[in-house]
Amino acid sequence: MLMPDLLIDRDVLIEAPVEVVWRTITEPEQMTQWFADRVDLVVEPGAHGYMGFGDQGGAVVVEVVDPPTRFSFRWNENAGGEPAAGNSMLVEFTLTAEGDEQTRLRVVESGHESLGWPDADKQRYADEHQGGWGDILDRLATLLGKRPSE
Amino acid sequence: MQADDELWSAIADPSRRRVLDLLVGHGEASASWLAARVSFSRQAVSKHLVVLERAGLISRRKQGREVLYQVEADRLDQASRAMADLAAQWDRRLGAIKRLAETAHAEAKKPER
Repeated sequence: MLMPDLLIDRDVLIEAPVEVVWRTITEPEQMTQWFADRVDLVVEPGAHGYMGFGDQGGAVVVEVVDPPTRFSFRWNENAGGEPAAGNSMLVEFTLTAEGDEQTRLRVVESGHESLGWPDADKQRYADEHQGGWGDILDRLATLLGKRPSE
Repeated sequence: MQADDELWSAIADPSRRRVLDLLVGHGEASASWLAARVSFSRQAVSKHLVVLERAGLISRRKQGREVLYQVEADRLDQASRAMADLAAQWDRRLGAIKRLAETAHAEAKKPER
């Protein structure tokens, strides 16, 4: 299976233009107000940085910077070493203008390869895949309800 | 926290989720039984079983010459709660971004004095 696996997919509607939201999510001095306590990061593709949470922290690698619509980075909160596919989480922000003054901000956090940004097929995959996880849990509940009889 | 990282990487992989799914559906199964039902190799199945076992999501027992695997329901339940927590954490972060951006926008719109 070549497609990535999604863990988290959330969005919010913000009463501000895309450019304002873009600055909020990409300027390090603003990132410290919604993300980490400490953000040492240059927002350029491939840039390496650090995010601190109290006395913990970890390395960050910026992946995509496409103002004002796409921003992504890879991070591993606790593990040492360079974040790369397989040892880290990929966080992808997508900003979409809704009217002149509103922005839909979507965040996807996944443990695998880049989502490559949504089109209809990938969105459908994402929907089906999140359902897949739910299915596992549903079946688990059934399994717990009835232990194997053999 | 290290345990959580293992849990994340264990469930983040679609192939491992497929293996988990089969185990949940079947109750208990051997590596060969699993390998017959997936599109990847027997070696890959074994590798995934090791990762899942290390994350505590499955356990094994020997029956005769066979090794049987089964899901550790409590751990899987813990994983699903951890996912819900992560979603809630992102909702808080998005809420903070929304407040910051809306405040900045409102400030910028104020008429100059």
